[in-house]
Formats: sequence, structure tokens, C-alpha cells
Amino acid sequence: MTTPNLLEVRKLSIRFRTDGGFADAVNNVSFSLKEGASLAIVGESGSGKSVTALSLTRLLPEPPAEIVHGDIVFRGEQVLEMDLERLRAIRGGGIAYIFQEPSSSLNPVYSIRSQIAEAIRLHRPEVKDVDSEIVQCLAAVGILKPEQRMRDYPHQLSGGMQQRAMIAMALSCRPALLVADEPTTALDVTIQAQILNELKRVRTQFGMALILITHNIAIIGGLCDQLAVMFRGEIVEYGDTGSVLQNPQHPYTKALISCVPRLGSKEKRLKTIEYDWLQEA
Amino acid sequence: MLTFLCRRLMISGVLLFLISIVSFFIITLTPGSPYPWGELNPKITPQVKEAFRKKFHLDRPLIEQYWLNMRDLFSGSLKSIKDDRPVLQRIGERLPATVSLNVLAIFLSLSFGLLLGVYAAKNAGKLPDVLTSILAFVFIALPGFWISNLIVIGLVKFTNAPLLGTQTYGINFPDGLTLWLDRFWHIALPAMVLSIGGVAAQSRFIRASMIETLREDYIRTALAKGLAQETVFYKHALRNSVRPLITGIGGLLPGLIGGSIIIETIFAYPGLGRLGYEAVLERDYPTLVALNFIVAALVLLGNLISDVLYAVVDPRVRLE
Amino acid sequence: MVTDFQSPPTQPQAAIFSSPGRRVWQRFRHDKVGIAAAAIVALFFVIALVTGLCAWWGIYFPYDPNATDLALKLKPPSLAHWLGTDNLGRDVFSRMLNGSYISLTVGFIAVAVSLFIGVTIGAISGYLGGWADNVIMRVVDAILCFPTFFLILTAVALLGPNIINIIVVIGLVSWTGTARLVRAEFLTLRESEYVRAARTLGQRSLLIIFRHILPNAAAPIIVTAVLGIPEAILTEASLSFLGFGVQPPQATWGNIITDGKTYLLDAWWLIVFPGLAIFAAALSFYLAGDALRQASETRSEKK
Repeated sequence: MTTPNLLEVRKLSIRFRTDGGFADAVNNVSFSLKEGASLAIVGESGSGKSVTALSLTRLLPEPPAEIVHGDIVFRGEQVLEMDLERLRAIRGGGIAYIFQEPSSSLNPVYSIRSQIAEAIRLHRPEVKDVDSEIVQCLAAVGILKPEQRMRDYPHQLSGGMQQRAMIAMALSCRPALLVADEPTTALDVTIQAQILNELKRVRTQFGMALILITHNIAIIGGLCDQLAVMFRGEIVEYGDTGSVLQNPQHPYTKALISCVPRLGSKEKRLKTIEYDWLQEA
Repeated sequence: MLTFLCRRLMISGVLLFLISIVSFFIITLTPGSPYPWGELNPKITPQVKEAFRKKFHLDRPLIEQYWLNMRDLFSGSLKSIKDDRPVLQRIGERLPATVSLNVLAIFLSLSFGLLLGVYAAKNAGKLPDVLTSILAFVFIALPGFWISNLIVIGLVKFTNAPLLGTQTYGINFPDGLTLWLDRFWHIALPAMVLSIGGVAAQSRFIRASMIETLREDYIRTALAKGLAQETVFYKHALRNSVRPLITGIGGLLPGLIGGSIIIETIFAYPGLGRLGYEAVLERDYPTLVALNFIVAALVLLGNLISDVLYAVVDPRVRLE
Repeated sequence: MVTDFQSPPTQPQAAIFSSPGRRVWQRFRHDKVGIAAAAIVALFFVIALVTGLCAWWGIYFPYDPNATDLALKLKPPSLAHWLGTDNLGRDVFSRMLNGSYISLTVGFIAVAVSLFIGVTIGAISGYLGGWADNVIMRVVDAILCFPTFFLILTAVALLGPNIINIIVVIGLVSWTGTARLVRAEFLTLRESEYVRAARTLGQRSLLIIFRHILPNAAAPIIVTAVLGIPEAILTEASLSFLGFGVQPPQATWGNIITDGKTYLLDAWWLIVFPGLAIFAAALSFYLAGDALRQASETRSEKK
């Protein structure tokens, strides 16, 4: 309780304006993160996890999105009260993102080098040799022959390589917090494991905090100390990863955990979530 | 690159062949005769008629006529029915005027279309967007012949400025510069009128393309990096949005050349459009066939150029 | 303001359980520009219908459009002659009313012709695919290389300028856009699950095309059709202007301008009013068509 939190989200509510009225996306969500800590936000699609992640630096298009109430405090500063100038310094420099679809998240008409260089020049103007910095970042995420690869355009890289480049781009700004929004969903299973390993490695190497957004509860083990389960816009369970997984309280969490297939289990069918039953619970 | 060019040239050749057939048969299969005199003129003896038909191969079967026409076109000996001069020469004289008019019109369409489209996209959903989109449709709906007539007559009536033809006649220009300025003045107005529709179409196109690009994931990435909105808009979005515009350049030509007929007629501008119109009035078959062929070749050339340009802008496209 | 790019206008979302046509209408209703344009289109339509029918029975309003009176020639707009008179003393307003149905008839029927050809060819090309598609698309490419207006002018001039030739020629030349669109729709819809399902059930091709594919491609086809009408109207007017439109004494908006341009320095009303009519008709069709396009487009919902 001595060190102040790096990030603190309190009672955040977000809704989307539609013509029929408002659709609530996030409801009274609160969580916090210390320097270098890691948190997984797990939930199904539409549960509001991505919306929460994007709202941290106000990347949601407003309108239609609308932050109804709540606080987002990053390094003691109120994000929701920042002007665009300050916000831009936080984006990338304080909180960096990697997204789900690496193939469409990189601009097709610029080389990897120019896209990373853009970030470095913006957030670390003191760096003299931008190229060698880019090479270092690419090497840190396990890209071989970074001097050559950085001249490539996104379409010349495979999906796994593209996602590595995205991580390198995030690292290049030396953020205090990395938000990985479904970073492996669009990738092959073997590549998934590699990317998760890279994430784990660079996190310790660069001492970053991490928020991992995923719908796959199976991938968070060993990567995140804390776990928040989101369901229909609310955090229904929040705590240390180990204790939540071992002793889930909320029926949705239990259902989620029971859906993960286990090696050697004797069940004939994979479990699915029974929503009708959840509704009553 | 070389293989790409070769393949494209081959496809263009096939297209040109199709085009030559279509245009030849549209022109020759229609009823009516191409005689430069009245059909029933009693002074024309059957012998004269026969000689005329023989000279222009009109006595042969259609397929042979087509072949002879094409042969003569390529050897340069295809002659106009009207003044007996080689068709290629007649077209050659007019070509520079039309090409410069159309190139200027394309340039105007693209640049003003881009400005309007980007402006609309930046303000998507707001009043300026609605107004520019209405303005675009106003431009498209303006009948070219009407507006150019109004301009010509209005200017002549109120300012007496010389604006017909390619340059002012009957005065001696003190130096080359004044001559070119005068020529520019003469080409500027028709090019502007000619580009009105293009400006509108391009601005709509750019707006749609821009709005679609702004929804892309890499725009979010760029914003998440902390880049300024202007940078994201003009660097990341714009360059991706103009790619489809470039492929469209070649496709602008047919419409522009069609429009040239009216604009050139009204501005008494000696280009291919007016030549075509005169050839239609005179039923000058050889000129019509050749004109269609050459214009189509120009369009194909325009398409090829825009494809090469496209590859320059988009690293994903490799010309193979 | 701390917001990033404004997302484009959110389309009014209609109830989920309504037919596609109803959904489009509910969105269209909110488009003020579109509604105004559609109202003007309807107005033109009524005028053309009424004056066309009246002309059929020999009733003219307010004057006989072809009655000449040299004593009245080139009179400016007045209470008696709202839009003035031309060089033969004919009432310009009567002539414009009389010409209105020419423009709209050409617009509608030429588009119907081009729609018929375009949908048929596009459907064949897209449904068959393979080499048939390839051949058809090369022909379309070839036609797209022609300066359309020049082709129309040549054909109409050689065939003889009358309303039927004009309609047929415009229709014959302008189907390529529709064909490309229909082909593209067919290529995607052909692979859709419900078409596959229909095929697995052993339904005949024709039934699949008319029951399953065409209705789902209807919206963009209707939009191109609506946007094709003003184009045909403008083409007819341009032809008229060059002297290859519907021939005098029948008045058309285009040939009133042609007749009048000689006298323009003294009689501006001969060119301004008919031109405004062409412009207003074309503009309202374009705006209505565009509003329809916006209303029928289901925005690609992204996550």
C-alpha cells in the first residue's frame, strides 16, 4: 500500500449512443495496477473489455461512445480531464497498445521502419540514432535480421512477424503500461504461444506493466498476476489469478473455467456456457 | 515490370481489336449513306457514284471493308470523305489541342476533387459535409452545354473578352510569353467547364474512400501511438485513400472526351471533339472509324499509366 | 475537445424485425435533403404525366406550345407569358411543360433498357463465372474505352434522331456499369451459404437467381437505376442541344436552348429557364438517388 498505483480506474461507465437511445457497454468498472504489475481482463465478445482498454487513453470515437462517469488516473493524472496535447503524450509514451489483427493494424503503405521511427521521434526525441534503436526493438521481440526486416512493408511479413513488429513499435516508446488487446486471437496456435512468450519476456526486460485482454482464459496462466472477469459490461470477479482460478466465486467465472478443455479429462462433450441459467444466478 | 507491360500491351491489343470491330460496325451498319452530296441529287451520274463507292471500298462486303479500312488506317492512307485528306493527318492536327485540354481538365478534377473530398471527410456528418455533397451533385447535374453557353455569352456581352479558339487572332503578340498567356486563357475556361463533373465525382469518391480508411485498424494504431490528428489524417489516411483515385484516372478520359464534343463546339476550340462532331454531321465514315480507334487507344494508354502510378503508390502491388 | 475523428453520421436504426424495404424507408425518412429531392422528383413526374396526357388529348396549358405569333416574338417574361416567348412568338412556359415528358420518358425508359441489359449480362457473367465471365468482362472493358457520349451521338445521328432511337441507343450504351455491379454482387452472393443451401436442395438455377440472389442484390441495382435517370436526361438534353435530339416542332428542354442561343444576347429567358429545368430535374434525381443509397447501405459493422 505504500507505492501509488500506476493506473487506477474507478467506477467507469461507458455507453454508446444509438438512435434507439443508449447502449451501456461498461458499467461501474474499477480496477488498479501497480508499476510493473500485470492484469488480465477476460470476457466474451461484447463484454466491454476492449471498450475499457481503449478508453484508457480515450481512443474510443466520441460520439457514439460516451463516458458517463468514472475516473481514470494514470500516474496520478486524471486522463478524462486531459487536453488532447497531454493525451497524445500518454498515448504510446505512457500507455502503448497492441491490437488483435496485426495484418490490418499496420499501415500498408509505410515500411516497418518508418512506422516505428514515427513513434520514437514523437516520444523519445532525445534518441539520436533512430535506426539502431529500431533494430534493438525488433531484436528484442525475436525478429531475426532486424536490419533487413525493418525495411519491409507489413504485407511482406507473416502474421506472427507483424504482431512482433507491433510489439516492437509499442516497446520503442518505452511505455509504463502495455495494453495487449486480444494479441493472439488472429494467430495460429503455435504462433500464439511464441507471441505470449515474447510478451512475457519483454515485460520483465523493460519492466512494464501489462493489461492483457482476452476471451481465452487458458492463455493467462503465468503471464498475469491479477485477473478480472468481465461479463455484460461489469467486472464480476477480480483478484489474484491463482486464487480466482482455484476458487471462482461467480457462476460465470466457473462456467468459463469449466469450458477450458483439459488433457486427460474423460468428458465426452466440451462444455458451453448456459446463459439462461446464468441469468437466474 | 517488363512482363507486366508486355501482358498489359497484349490485353490492350485485344481490346483495341474488339473496339475497332464494334466501332466499325456501329458506323457502317446504320442506315443512310456517306455520300458528300444528297442521295437524290440528279446531277450525280451513276458513274460518279460508282467511282466514289469504289474509292472508299463501299462496294465490297463488310468484312473486307473492315479489313481495308484497318489496313489503310495503319498505313496512313485512309482518307476523309469530306476533304480527301488523310484521316491521320486531320486527327494529328487536332490531337495536341484535345490532349492539352483533357490533361488540364483531369488535373483540375483531381486537385479540386481532392480538396473538396478531404474537406468533406474531415467534417463527415457535419454541416460542411452536407453542403459539399450537395455542391458535388449541383456540379454533376449542371448541363455542360448550358453553363458554357451562359459563360461564353455572359463574358462576351459584359467584358468583350476574346475566348473562342485556342488563341486570339488578328493581333501580333509582342513576345512568346504573352502568346502563351493568351493560349492559357483560351484553354482555361473550357478546361474548367469540362472538369466540373469530374471535380464532383472525384470529391465524392475521395470522401467515401477517406471515411472508409478512417475506420481501418491502422488508423487506430496511429492514434494510439500519440500522433497528432492532422498527421494521422494527412499522412496515414490520405495516402491510403488516394490509391483508388489513381486507378480511376484512366477511366476519366472517356467521359471527358465525350464532354469535349460539346465544350469544344461551344468554345470553337479546334480539338478532336469538334472534329468528331463535324464528322458525324458529314457522315465522314473513315474519320469516325479512325477517331473512335484513336480515342480508345488514348483511353487504354491512360489506364496503363494509372496502373503504373498505382504500383508506385502502393508497395503491395508488384507489376508482374 | 478531446475526441478523435468524428465517426460518420450514425444511421437511424430501425426495428430489427422489419422488412428491408421498410428499413430503408425508415432511414430515408430522416434525410431532409433526400425527402425534399424526392418531392421535387415527384412534382416533375406529375407535371410530365399530366402535360403528356393532356397533349395526347390535344389540350395544352397555358397556350398551344406550337402556336406561332410573330407579333409576340421574343417578349420577356410577363403575366401573360410567364417565361416569355421565343423567336416565333411561342410561349416558353407551354413549350417547357410540353417538353417535360420527353425528358422524363427518355430518362425512365432508357434506364429500364439499360437495366434490363445490364442485369441480364451481369447475372449471366457472375453466375456462370469462368471463361464466359472472362469474355463478357473483356467486352465490357472494350465498351468502357469508348467515349460514351460520342458513341451515342454517332449512333443517334446515323440512325436518325427520334425518341425511340435515342432511348434505345442510350440504353444500349450505358448498361456496362450495371452489368459490372450485378456481376460483382452475383460473384459474392453465389458463394453465400444460403445459395449453397438452395443448390444442395436441388433448386434450379433460374429459381436460385430470381428467388435468392437478385432480391439480395436489389438495393444497389435500384440505386444505380435511380442515379442513371438524371444521366439519361442530361444526355438527351445534350443531344437535343447538338441538334440530334427529338426533332422540332416537338419542344424539348434541350432544343428550346438550341433555338434560343442565337437570341441569347437579347432574350436570356430562352436559355436560362429550360436550362434550370434540366438542372433542377437532374439535381433532384441525383440527390434522391444518393439519399436512397445512403439509406440502403448497411454500414459494415466492425467489432
